[in-house]
Amino acid sequence: MQWGSVAEFFAMGGYGLYVWPSFGVAALCMGGEILAVWRRHAAALASHDEL
Amino acid sequence: MSATGINWFKYSSPQALYPLAGRMIPWFAAVAVGLIAVGLYVGFFVAPTDVTQGDAYRIIFVHVPAAWMSMFLYVIMAIWAGIGLGLNARPSFMMAQAIAPTGAMFTFLALFTGSMWGKPTWGAWWVWDARLTSELILLFQYIGIILLRSSIDDLRRADRASAVLALVGVINVPIIYFSVRWWNTLHQGASVTITAAPTMAGTMVTAMLVMMLGFWMYSFAVTLARMRCVIVERERQPSWGKPASIPDVAEAR
Repeated sequence: MQWGSVAEFFAMGGYGLYVWPSFGVAALCMGGEILAVWRRHAAALASHDEL
Repeated sequence: MSATGINWFKYSSPQALYPLAGRMIPWFAAVAVGLIAVGLYVGFFVAPTDVTQGDAYRIIFVHVPAAWMSMFLYVIMAIWAGIGLGLNARPSFMMAQAIAPTGAMFTFLALFTGSMWGKPTWGAWWVWDARLTSELILLFQYIGIILLRSSIDDLRRADRASAVLALVGVINVPIIYFSVRWWNTLHQGASVTITAAPTMAGTMVTAMLVMMLGFWMYSFAVTLARMRCVIVERERQPSWGKPASIPDVAEAR
């Protein structure tokens, strides 16, 4: 492992501003998609039961 | 009927696919979480800092798998669309419908993370390079297919129209893949190919491949989950809400 401290890890050798948004947006997109599918399934079941 | 005595055709009905998908999703999801966790660990704590790019290169652990998935998912969507057109099979169209949003999401991620890598490495968020432009067109294709489907009320016509659009557009996938060879692009060539040894450190390749496998499993889980939404939205049956076994519904047909 090449990180001397937590701060060093988050700094990413000065590229933290580019590295962390990449992984953050990826996590948001994937998490958001799961949430959207979850809600779509619940909504589909709910409207189906009304029939 | 296959030689194993299992009637595979019974799984091709939405009524049988629904519970089957429901049982597979937790497994794919669990494996996805495990692989992505391992991939991130190797990517951030085991793989060394790149000599020329510094730590900015770590973006490739999400960028390359996302870009690969954007192309894989398009091809798989087009294959399902083609099967749907050829066999007039409703579940195939539903599968194509379920894949499109995930493909679009990974295409967006590939473009976004590529931009985050491009700024520190090339000095530009975006260039009109063949690889980047053709990937942007892929995003528009996904969006076009989703919008075309939603703009046609008749489900069967929506299925067919979006399937034709998906099939015609598959020509862009080899263009994206070979763009770095066919044109003199700013985007670098492939670091990992089937025919040659990777031009990266072993741990870097490991992290990338593990992340890609994780994204594959994620894609399986989320598209199957969306497939279940599509089934409920499109098929009317008294009891989607309550659990049913595959033999039960196969019998009920």
